[in-house]
Amino acid sequence: MVESKVRIIIKNTILYFILVLGSFILLIPLFWMISTSLKTPAQIFKYPIIWIPKPIVWRNYIDAFTAVPFLRYISNTIFIAFTSIIGDIFSCSLVAYSFARLRYPGRNFLFLLMLSTLMIPGSVTMIPQFLLYKRFGFIDTYVPLILPAYVGYPIWIFLIRQFFMTVPFEYDDAAKIDGCGYLAIYWKVLLPQIKPALIAVSISSFMHHWNNFMGPLIYLNSQDKYTLALGLRLFQGLYMTKWELVMAASTIALIPPALIFLLAQKYFIQGIVITGLKG
Amino acid sequence: MYSVSRIKKHEMMVGYLCLAPWILGFIVLTAGPIITSFVISLLNYDMVHTPVFVGIQNYRKMFFEDPLFWKSLKATSYYTLLVVPLNLVGALLIALLMNQKLRFINIFRTIYYMPSVFSGVAVALLWSWVFNKDFGVLNYLLDKLFGIVGPNWLGSEEWVIPSLAIMSLWGVGGGMIVFLAGLQGIPTQLYEAARIDGATSWQEFWTITIPLLTPTIFYHLVTSLIGTWQVFTQAYVMTQGGPNYASLFYVLYIYFNAFVWFKMGYACALAWILFVVILICTVLTFKSSPYWVYYEAERR
Repeated sequence: MVESKVRIIIKNTILYFILVLGSFILLIPLFWMISTSLKTPAQIFKYPIIWIPKPIVWRNYIDAFTAVPFLRYISNTIFIAFTSIIGDIFSCSLVAYSFARLRYPGRNFLFLLMLSTLMIPGSVTMIPQFLLYKRFGFIDTYVPLILPAYVGYPIWIFLIRQFFMTVPFEYDDAAKIDGCGYLAIYWKVLLPQIKPALIAVSISSFMHHWNNFMGPLIYLNSQDKYTLALGLRLFQGLYMTKWELVMAASTIALIPPALIFLLAQKYFIQGIVITGLKG
Repeated sequence: MYSVSRIKKHEMMVGYLCLAPWILGFIVLTAGPIITSFVISLLNYDMVHTPVFVGIQNYRKMFFEDPLFWKSLKATSYYTLLVVPLNLVGALLIALLMNQKLRFINIFRTIYYMPSVFSGVAVALLWSWVFNKDFGVLNYLLDKLFGIVGPNWLGSEEWVIPSLAIMSLWGVGGGMIVFLAGLQGIPTQLYEAARIDGATSWQEFWTITIPLLTPTIFYHLVTSLIGTWQVFTQAYVMTQGGPNYASLFYVLYIYFNAFVWFKMGYACALAWILFVVILICTVLTFKSSPYWVYYEAERR
């Protein structure tokens, strides 16, 4: 008995050692970014590395913000993200409701068709889509970035459908007896049941639009319409060697995703688990 | 009283109506563009002059006259061959670690998972600085801890793809969460039964854990295969395809052709080849699945 206890202690010590070591490796890049963002230019090129800057230069953040209109870029990005989230929630859940709850010929075929479109690389449809938007005069507007949210995104349709499947059909039947139509069942009975899925989709959608680079790069030309990702890229070009400012800007860009992640971790996990395991 | 068929008809109408957003999107933004893309791939089109029909010239040029096409195929497949296995094994090992009953394990899960939710330009900038040859933290640590003089990561033809692979491993936590969920879905009775039969933990791992995880491994394999063929932002921000086109990722090359050189026809032809490559990868993975993926339901 004593021996096995010793063995458990040794085993756990080794496990903790590996876990802590791995945590360090994963956190060093983040720490390095924040540390750099608070240094004077002279401290950046010091050897050995100064881990904790002295003095701490908070001004870098003000300088980064005033060098290019980051606030403008952030509010543009938030505008795109929020108008898209609304579209994603409604379109994806409506389509998912149809796939999960209603019966009609061709449903399974269409569902498989939808899943198979996940395999199509974005670059195949990218150029014709660009020409299409160009034809309708939507270049340098947010339309090409927001419109796709209103036709539903297959992964999220799939995610919401999986959640709908977990709601017992008795709910629908009871509502039907009470005289609810299909849309009322969708809206009043089922949607409230799958709030976690809607939150998971909203978060993924936000993250997508916050980070999306290729879309804005292709469609936006005027600088006052830039998103944060494009602004960062512009900033990189302007201040190539001013690493303290580049890192300050990057830190700002990573704060919202980090906060959302820490606050809503369980929704991330739920979303991944359901799409990942029941596929 | 409604007749049964009328109720059915009504349900059908509502069903199609609810699908309408997706069907519309599918036709206008997916199916239509795919067909158009193929048609454009048979043209020379620069968005200014009228398109000229050239047949399969774009495809011919790609295979026989364009060394950059081969370079971009090479860069992307090299990256795929590095990242897919590393990510799979790494994510699985970390998930096994995270599945231990230890105190504070939730804190570790959060730490390991967090980097995977970061992506885009900010991450690319962050890693350009980490990989900096003279002042980056990576070469500093290599020097201090192991006395190794680190390479010029992003600036050398040899190291640029491995660098980007290392960077992608920062996101290993995403796969870890999937595997962790898979591990927690394995019924504990199986392990209990095995223990009664006198199985060692090594045997348990190979005869219970791995077989029951194969569906998760399969899913992870397919999604990461599709993902690695579509790398763009990192390459655009960190290397612009350099040095000497060593990191000219395939989608980056498509982007340059389409939106920098305005060779729309050629870009569409490239995209179609990408489509075929991904299709072949996916189909091969699916075809191989009966030999190694274990589905419990099949035995019932």
